Amino acid sequence: MTKKRMWALVATLAVTLAFPAAGVSKAHGGTLNLIAWEGYTYKQWVNPFEKQSGCTVHSKFAGSSDEMVTLMRSGGGSQYDMVSASGDASLRLIYGHDVQAVDPSKIPDFKNFGKAFQSPPNNTVDGKHYGISLQWGPNTLLYNTKVVKPAPTSWSAIYSPKYKGKVTVPDNPIQIADAALYLMKHSPSLKITDPYELNSTQFKAATDLLRKQKPLIKKYWALASDEIDLFKNGDAVIGASWPYQTNTLKADKAPVKDIVPSEGATGWLDTWMVSAHTKNLDCAYKWLAYISTPKVQAEQAIYFGETPVNSKACPIMDKLSKGSCAQYHANAPLEYFKQIHFWKTPIADCGNGKKNCMDYTKWQQAWTQLKG
Amino acid sequence: MAAGLDPAQGLEEGRRGARRRLGGALWRRRWLKGFSLLAPPVLAFLVVYVAALVALFISSFWTVDPFTSETIHHWTLDNFRELWHGATYHRVALRTVEIAALVTLTDALIAFPFAYFMARVASRRTRAVLFVLVLLPLWASYLARVYAWRLILNSDGILNWSLHKAGLPSANVAYTNTAMWIVFSYIWLPFMILPVYASLERIPHSYIEASRDLGAKGFRTLRTVILPLALPGVVAGSIFTFSLTLGDYITPVLIGGTSSQFIGNVVYDAVNQSSNLPFGAAFAVVPVLVMGVYLVLARRLGAFDAL
Amino acid sequence: MERRATRIGLGVWVALVLAFLYLPIVVICLYAFNKSNIQSWPIAGLTTKWFGPAIHNGDMQQALWLSLEAAALATLVALVLGSAASFGVHRFRFFGRESISFLLVLPIALPGIITGMALNSYFVFFKFNFGLWTIVIGHATFCVVVVYNNVVARLRRVPGSLTEASMDLGADGIQTFRYVTFPTISTALISGGLLAFALSFDEVIVTTFTAGAQNTLPIWIFGQIRLGQQLPQVNVVVFLVLAVTIVPVALAQRLTRESGILRTE
Repeated sequence: MTKKRMWALVATLAVTLAFPAAGVSKAHGGTLNLIAWEGYTYKQWVNPFEKQSGCTVHSKFAGSSDEMVTLMRSGGGSQYDMVSASGDASLRLIYGHDVQAVDPSKIPDFKNFGKAFQSPPNNTVDGKHYGISLQWGPNTLLYNTKVVKPAPTSWSAIYSPKYKGKVTVPDNPIQIADAALYLMKHSPSLKITDPYELNSTQFKAATDLLRKQKPLIKKYWALASDEIDLFKNGDAVIGASWPYQTNTLKADKAPVKDIVPSEGATGWLDTWMVSAHTKNLDCAYKWLAYISTPKVQAEQAIYFGETPVNSKACPIMDKLSKGSCAQYHANAPLEYFKQIHFWKTPIADCGNGKKNCMDYTKWQQAWTQLKG
Repeated sequence: MAAGLDPAQGLEEGRRGARRRLGGALWRRRWLKGFSLLAPPVLAFLVVYVAALVALFISSFWTVDPFTSETIHHWTLDNFRELWHGATYHRVALRTVEIAALVTLTDALIAFPFAYFMARVASRRTRAVLFVLVLLPLWASYLARVYAWRLILNSDGILNWSLHKAGLPSANVAYTNTAMWIVFSYIWLPFMILPVYASLERIPHSYIEASRDLGAKGFRTLRTVILPLALPGVVAGSIFTFSLTLGDYITPVLIGGTSSQFIGNVVYDAVNQSSNLPFGAAFAVVPVLVMGVYLVLARRLGAFDAL
Repeated sequence: MERRATRIGLGVWVALVLAFLYLPIVVICLYAFNKSNIQSWPIAGLTTKWFGPAIHNGDMQQALWLSLEAAALATLVALVLGSAASFGVHRFRFFGRESISFLLVLPIALPGIITGMALNSYFVFFKFNFGLWTIVIGHATFCVVVVYNNVVARLRRVPGSLTEASMDLGADGIQTFRYVTFPTISTALISGGLLAFALSFDEVIVTTFTAGAQNTLPIWIFGQIRLGQQLPQVNVVVFLVLAVTIVPVALAQRLTRESGILRTE
């Protein structure tokens, strides 16, 4: 083709590309800009929602609750409409006035939520609901059944030099709480009552424990796939994990098993929260209602290896994957939850009248210095 | 004035006249032509990029409220004080610069013989093929290539498998700084090969012949004629390898171990995890200063002509 | 002519370096056929079952489209601004001439995270909506210098006498540009533009900061790497992108080689 025609073609191409086809709304409803954990808003769940609600969904995926807080606050809080934060960050959003109170009566499935998840302390303050619980999971002890013998029953397995160089724990400041939980049971003289409320002595003990642990660690896993690769390729044999990694490894016939050790475990609970500055409240409520329905709850639970808060999701889960309801403790009795210490943002207020607890900034600083 | 154009070119008198007048005006007032060429790019850069940079570094003198993440517009040197006294930050900065320098040296050593072959030994056709082969990896996602190195360097990965087959012990390289050095050297290699090739290719053959005529053997010619002329290209390539390593935070996350934090990681965490942009900006001053010095040196060595 | 031993030695070195360069790429292409969704060595088995889901993955398609758009627009901006700047610098002598090269090289010489952070704050301050154009601006900052360098290098090889001759023969400024100058730099524009496109298409660090609720292909890939459950799909996508780009890259190489009007030896 002649040079002239070629340039004409290039020019037309450039002009057509300037109209972002991806952003053209196919519906007359509003647009929701969501901040979510990777994969929470994949097309398999977003497409049916867009069809039935008329709202359009755009997603920004983040790798940690802290990132979600930063994103929510950027631009004066007007950039994103909703966020699926975990308990370690939800209080920061609530106290920072970044999210608004929601009315659970507008969510039809709310009454089907397990009692523990309707008003948990990490999204309900003074009786006001600042979000709708979504899914939860424990931070389990994962180990390679072929190498780790006898089977461990306590978190001490990841603090002992027996598996030096083959241990892995999450790369997250909230991991300090796991150390505090261990000390809660094994060093009662420290008088730790809540792994997230630590005064300076207790905090130092926890970080010292982590420093002692560092030479045992192969890698602090930041991504779920880090841990999956570590276990699959022989670089780690024991570590702290989420059920997601366990399921993925098991599906690939890796010889692994996870337990909640005798000391109990920390856990996370995800909540969908609505921005205080959103202009699409209508669509936001539609999304909250949709994501709480049993079918979607069950599908997300199976996909991500987490536990739904909607008790009606159980039968659907068992249909998708036999025995998954019990495997994920979806309808577990209250005793099970007593041993899970759900994430919550560490603040200076110790909750017992004292206000000398370490706040989250100190946790973050200590973590950066630990990693060095 | 010049003779008229052939009307068969199809230009109407009026339009041609206007264009000639404009062309003539620009020719006479040369500064206007230069200005209209330079103003758009320079202004765009100043108003968008440089202004943003300046604003960023101004913010390094502020702080944030830890709970609400609101910036407190109160001038203070606290961020810099914390960096100055924090042993962790010294360690991180030193580690980053060391590995960046090591990667640059490695890439220069690997790239030079390769570029030499391309520029002076290979036939025209081979050179074209090699050129394409060097550029092609840049089109395979950086992330995918770094991730593939995990498979190679893992305990049960390709490297150890090959070593075992050769009867050698495992190289415990997975998730270490050595692994990062290997991966960085790999990823930025094309950025070193291309400028070195360009500068080697520019050396006129007559220089080599003259050197030989004057009695210099191969190695002497290399040392006294080729290397000095190729230096700008090497330095130009080193700008890429050094700065790209200095600022990276993804490879340390994917490939690094427990003591592999880079400046980029601390900055990223400060900005995205702690919502502390001022502190991140303060630490970001370090790579900017390092690169500033590097660029000044590089310009002295003529690298800017060889980019 | 170098000694034969040297040439053989260099040839061996080239082969080794190529093996080094392509080892991960071979791994990627091989593992696009991995039976398992977790990457481990040796490979679990071969299958083509990932190709269908990868190609039909709606999130991936959206990300790919956005990447192509952003890269095309960033390249266009780079071509315009880069060649304008190169002409200005080449033709005119003025105070501060060298600082222009310095200015343009800054985005690529400074860490991407700094560009990202700075632009993010800038856009937030001026209340720009994050979207395609903020991504394009972010990419254009480092794409301009790529085009600029290519064109400046070419212009240095073009004898100024050509433009003067053209003018002497009666062509006005625009005709000279169109019939004389542009053909000589067109191949520099192509190779510069292609490299700029590649850099923009694969960029992830600056884009993380300048994109809003949009995902470019590298961001999508990073998300898949984060989750680790659909990695073969990533390998499939990279494999296909590579297969598709071999043709334009090879073509561009042939074009720029054959121009050869202005070899100055």
